[in-house]
Amino acid sequence: MSLVFAGISSHAPGITGRASQADPDLRETFYGAYRRMGEAIKAAGAEVVIVVAAEHFANFFMNNMPAYAIGMADHYEGPIEDPEWLGIPKTRIPGDAALSKRIIESVMQEVDVAFAEEWKFDHGIIVPLHFLTPGFDTKVIPVNINCQGPPLTPLHRAWAFGKALRRACDEQPEKIAIVGTGGISHWPATPDSGKVNEPWDREFLSRWSANDKDALLSYTDGATYREAGQGGFEIRTMISVAAAAGGKGDIWFYSPIPIFAVGCTVGVMDIA
Amino acid sequence: MGGAVSLYALQKLMFVLNRDPKAQVRFKTDQKDLLDEYELTPEERGALEKPDIGLLYVLGVNGQLLMHFAALVGMEWSKYIQSMRDGIAEHGPVRAGIYAMTTEMDEKVAGV
Repeated sequence: MSLVFAGISSHAPGITGRASQADPDLRETFYGAYRRMGEAIKAAGAEVVIVVAAEHFANFFMNNMPAYAIGMADHYEGPIEDPEWLGIPKTRIPGDAALSKRIIESVMQEVDVAFAEEWKFDHGIIVPLHFLTPGFDTKVIPVNINCQGPPLTPLHRAWAFGKALRRACDEQPEKIAIVGTGGISHWPATPDSGKVNEPWDREFLSRWSANDKDALLSYTDGATYREAGQGGFEIRTMISVAAAAGGKGDIWFYSPIPIFAVGCTVGVMDIA
Repeated sequence: MGGAVSLYALQKLMFVLNRDPKAQVRFKTDQKDLLDEYELTPEERGALEKPDIGLLYVLGVNGQLLMHFAALVGMEWSKYIQSMRDGIAEHGPVRAGIYAMTTEMDEKVAGV
């Protein structure tokens, strides 16, 4: 039928792995917003969830790094991390190779995308699924935008990729949800972990909610690195979702939770 | 100078360790042979053997690889964060990559 749901959320491993170290009230409010998004995906009737993530060398490395990749398998595995470290047990997640193939063929009309018939989920996908489809019984199509190993795809291409995904989804009979995951400003896996530029995040979320294409694409990687850290490069996933959804966004939760090393975010966007 | 090629090899090994349970076993039981397969400088090799998380950080290993390597060698998260600070104190600023430290030594933004 088409795209029926769009949203964005954080994926930092501390969200599940260091849960016990966070302020319980703040944590539970965040978790509640996250689970509510899962309920909204279900209420929209989504049969498949496309997760646009920015992985961290679980599958792709600098020997052959795709700017964009889409999974094309009937099942996936995750998490690749130590289950105790991440707080999520290893599991198998259903995919849909046939639907993936149709989407990939359609996206390729506009954006050259790599495909992958095997894919191990890291925290970038499995942490969101832990809240959104907690039974791991909903079909997932993993999508990756390289935000880790420069050179990185330009933001305007992330926008074009989102538009191509939207068109591809609208051509399918299935009801599809799309969720972009990543940090906004954050400095993960450095001694700066926990640092968040809250004003920068709120400005980004304001641009995202307004779906202001020009403002979203005006960020430069140099400025993002200075003001939002290397984790800020992951705004690509959120920008692609804005392009795919086309409507206005609503932020259900935003708050820095330093022990999770990110400004924790849950947002949804109208499909327009 | 280690140079870009050798940092690539160092990170490639960590990528393999991240993905491959057999390589994880070899890292513990057959480490010399495993490391021989990668073109590493003596400094890089020593940092892996020790393992010296702080030096690996300073050498420019991508944090997402290093974080998992630290977990693999059994290092708890707060100790891993502190090890990177200690590496800076001992060896100077990060020499490559996009994971430089921008906070002060005692800033501890996450509380650890």
